Amino acid sequence: MFPAAFDYAAPATLVEALALLKQRGDDAKIMAGGQSLIPMLKLRFAQPALVIDIGRLPAMNGIARHNGHLSIGALARHVDIERNADLAWLCPILVDTVHWISDPLVRNRGTMAGSVCHADPSGDWGSVMLALDASLIARSESGERVIPADGFFQGPFTTTLRPDEIVTEIRIPMPKGPAGGAYNKLERKVGDFATVAVAVHVELSGSKIAKAGIGLTAVGPTNIKATAAEKALVGHEPTDEVIVEAARLAAEAAEPKDDIRGTAAYKKDIVRVYVLRGLRTALGRAREVKA
Amino acid sequence: MSSTLHMHGGIGESIKRKEDARFLRGQGHFLDDFVLPRMAHMAILRSPHAHARIKSIDTAAASAKPGVIAVVTGELMAQHKLAWMPTLSGDTQAVLATDKVRFQGQEVAAVIAETKYQAEDARDLIEVDYEILQAITSPDQAKESGSALIRDDKEGQKDNHIYHWESGDKAGTQAAFAKAHKVVRLNTFYPRCHPAPLETCGCIADVDGVTGKATIYMTSQAPHAIRTVFALVAGIPEHQIRIISPDIGGGFGNKVPVYPGYVVATAASLLLGRPVKWVEDRTENLISTGFARDYHMTGDLALDKDGKMLALRVHLDSDNGAFFADAQPSKFKAGLFHIVTGSYDIPTAHVTADGYYTNKAPGGVAYRCSFRVTEASYLIERLVSNAAMEIGMDQAEIRTKNFIQPEQFPYTSATGWIYDSGDYPKAMDVALKQLGYEDLKKDVEARRKKGEVTGIGIASFTEVVGAGPGADYDILGLRMFDSAELRVHPTGKAILKLGVKSQGQGHETTFAQIVAEELGIPAQDVLVMEGDTDNTPYGLGTYASRSTPVAGAATAMVSRKLREKARKLAAHLLEAAEEDLEWERGKFFVKGSPEKFKTIQEAAFAAYTNLPEGMEPGLEGVHYYDPPNMTYPFGTYAVVVDVDKGTGQVKVKRMVAVDDCGVRINPMIVEGQIQGGLTEGYGIAFMELITFDAEGNCIGSNLMDYLIPGSMETPKFEIGQTVTPSPHHPLGAKGVGESATVGSPAAYVNAVIDALSPYGITNIDMPVTSDKVWAALRSKGVTE
Ligand SMILES: Cc1cc2nc3c(=O)[nH]c(=O)nc-3n(C[C@H](O)[C@H](O)[C@H](O)COP(=O)(O)OP(=O)(O)OC[C@H]3O[C@@H](n4cnc5c(N)ncnc54)[C@H](O)[C@@H]3O)c2cc1C
Repeated sequence: MFPAAFDYAAPATLVEALALLKQRGDDAKIMAGGQSLIPMLKLRFAQPALVIDIGRLPAMNGIARHNGHLSIGALARHVDIERNADLAWLCPILVDTVHWISDPLVRNRGTMAGSVCHADPSGDWGSVMLALDASLIARSESGERVIPADGFFQGPFTTTLRPDEIVTEIRIPMPKGPAGGAYNKLERKVGDFATVAVAVHVELSGSKIAKAGIGLTAVGPTNIKATAAEKALVGHEPTDEVIVEAARLAAEAAEPKDDIRGTAAYKKDIVRVYVLRGLRTALGRAREVKA
Repeated sequence: MSSTLHMHGGIGESIKRKEDARFLRGQGHFLDDFVLPRMAHMAILRSPHAHARIKSIDTAAASAKPGVIAVVTGELMAQHKLAWMPTLSGDTQAVLATDKVRFQGQEVAAVIAETKYQAEDARDLIEVDYEILQAITSPDQAKESGSALIRDDKEGQKDNHIYHWESGDKAGTQAAFAKAHKVVRLNTFYPRCHPAPLETCGCIADVDGVTGKATIYMTSQAPHAIRTVFALVAGIPEHQIRIISPDIGGGFGNKVPVYPGYVVATAASLLLGRPVKWVEDRTENLISTGFARDYHMTGDLALDKDGKMLALRVHLDSDNGAFFADAQPSKFKAGLFHIVTGSYDIPTAHVTADGYYTNKAPGGVAYRCSFRVTEASYLIERLVSNAAMEIGMDQAEIRTKNFIQPEQFPYTSATGWIYDSGDYPKAMDVALKQLGYEDLKKDVEARRKKGEVTGIGIASFTEVVGAGPGADYDILGLRMFDSAELRVHPTGKAILKLGVKSQGQGHETTFAQIVAEELGIPAQDVLVMEGDTDNTPYGLGTYASRSTPVAGAATAMVSRKLREKARKLAAHLLEAAEEDLEWERGKFFVKGSPEKFKTIQEAAFAAYTNLPEGMEPGLEGVHYYDPPNMTYPFGTYAVVVDVDKGTGQVKVKRMVAVDDCGVRINPMIVEGQIQGGLTEGYGIAFMELITFDAEGNCIGSNLMDYLIPGSMETPKFEIGQTVTPSPHHPLGAKGVGESATVGSPAAYVNAVIDALSPYGITNIDMPVTSDKVWAALRSKGVTE
């Protein structure tokens, strides 16, 4: 398990990094925390000629609130999210989720942006981004793009990011009313990738659901946004009936496959169970905010 | 604890492990730490297919790569008559494939290069043209008429059947079944799992071009036996082979066999005149080295109307992989599986076993288990719990009712074992009290009424360890004795050399403690040395919980021999008659005058300085111990689980483990062995699995797929003990390294099945994963 030979560059500025990427785009790979890239190199699944380590780029690791959204720098590590005191009340689903990601060793190095760019359908952050309607800020020599998470994931390990682009930031819109979220994950052992996981986000307006987001992990070629289930919630009082129907619709949106973690039927049913559980937790949290 | 330093360290003292000082500082010397001058590196090309004919191998591009010294193929090995080697079960195994590949991961070629990177780069350039054949992945498929013949290399082999083996009394068992009030059947599959030691296997072969001496550093649990096998396979004179097993990072049986990589590296070193290092990566270890279990078992238990057991009938199909390479005593084709009557006084039994070739990795090693006793223990303990369920008897009661009683020992079992000692009701009693069984049962009832899914599982295992009496136990004809050589230096410090080899079990401490007890030299003053065949006496190695039963006994015996000589020396110094001296640990004193004494250190000094007339100088000796019988550790384990109805996830709430391994030499080390074994048992019960798809691709080839439990999911263990000494072991000790792995899987699974029993669920095969539990619950209409 030794990687094939590659060149290594660690540019000091974003401008340099973008220039290098433009030049070598097709046979180069960006490395942030390396927690997905290095395993791929070691197994020789990825054999880039050049690895561009962006770890030294300045001012990309902040977590802050800016006009109506939460901004997470592309070099913010999982551990930065875990330890950020404000996130526990600003966006508790992020803290919920980060604890499910592997172990402290991985969390100390890996980044949220790296995880999203890696686009592993079993990655946890992708579903959370879909549930929260987050966007990615991508930079290239030709400028900046805002890419909504919805539509970003094209297939396993494939996104709409262009080879000359670097993601610099993730933006999560802040809720307008009382809101709550929850992340439930079924894993076979601590630190395992999900068998199934479900991200749920709700915003209330009075007694009704004003906004709902549901993202599904490890049940399809990408993280899946359960749009029909979301629609079935919006504008309704969250009665048992409504919740059960949303759970049913979310399970329908899942396209899992049989594998060593379980059968497709099992995974679909876990989606249903976790949407039920997640909605109940999320609604509880939203009501606490209100009170 | 600084006090450890001042302790004598005799039997029963929990002194700290001497070896931990270097392990905890990261100062151990494991194989991959060794760097020899001019050392080259080897990488092995493995088959991507489970079954395929090799049409051609093109090594030109690989050979041309910078840094490549040699590319070795089966053809080259065949020129030296080394393309095939014998297995530990009397079969043959390909070293490098010449005709066909027979499992995914089989060794096809090897590259030797200046660096490991270069070796792996060049390996990827070897081109092999394969013609893919039908892959056979189970005994059932192997049996089908017209299915591909895996071993077409063997003359006279017409099908995929390897062996048929029987034990017990067929007619008597049939007769007993005819009279049974009730027959309970369990069909179960003990799936393939893997010992997965953290350190993978490897070697450095260093053949001296001038002297011809082959020094091989190797991750081996059995260095002496390996040396003999090497002498036989490679034709190198045995005195010209030196095997050195350095510190070993876990073995669990995985490091008993001889692997093709060892043979290729040695041949390469011989041909190149340079040391050659080969170290497996994780995937190579998981897909190609000795696996465990893979037994398809059917058990029938005959009961009378009161729940007394009348007879046991078992059949098993063993999936042995592409070569029959089980590491086990030659006489027993299915290991010691016929201990399957377990802890119960079952009058008659009949066991039949058939082994089959499949396109899977070979080498059924006993993963932390004495030759298939794990499968036996699992079957009987699951079967007994299911019997209790079927006849509506409490699962503790059915066991107690049928236990071999303390007064029946030595007890001869229906399949011919002679159990040395035991007190099964007592271990059960201690476990149930610790558990609070009666209250717990009420609690379970109450919670079930509320719709919760919860249950209790019990297993009362009996093991058979310490192979073994030489007349019955041998590996390739080598009798399974073991040895100890003890030398006391003039100042009273000692060195103890053993034929066994620790892989983490704490031999450097435990065996020093035996000397401390028997010869009176403090454990701190006894250096234990193992693993270097040039400098230790012959022994069969460490596996199957045999080190304390066999080498531990040898250590006690040699210590006693030296003590007798020391008595003569003390008598000489005290100018007293030998018969007038009494021994108290550490000194001889004159009967009735305790102030007149000589210490063992003084006696040792005299052995070099002041001897009685005519006595041979020095204080040293050697003892080869051939045990009169096996030892039979036992225990009762009890587990409480909760099951999540929505997801099928099982949470182990409690695990009580009461072990009886006879006399405990270092109780802390014993407990460590039990804790580790219970953890592996948990892993086997709930997550460890090597499986294969229809093409024979190994699923479980890395630690993301092959799951081993970590500290987060491992339950908290409540440990208890009883002590029933072995009557034939000089110290009364029995083996303990494996009891917990052997006994616990059934306890865990019994708890899950008990939890699911209100819904009519009677079996789930291991690993009991959440999706299987979910499927069982949903099939009975239970849902969230
Ligand atoms: C043992 C282990 C267990 C794990 N368990 C989990 C788990 O349970 N759940 C989970 O979600 N994840 C898990 N992961 C993955 C982990 O979350 C990774 O950190 C994450 O997927 C990648 O982040 P990174 O910063 O390390 O990215 P890298 O590995 O550096 O990069 C990953 C990919 O993204 C690209 N990339 C990275 N940053 C950028 C950027 N700013 N712009 C453009 N492209 C970029 C890289 O080119 C590469 O293709 C695990 C990883 C390991 C090693």
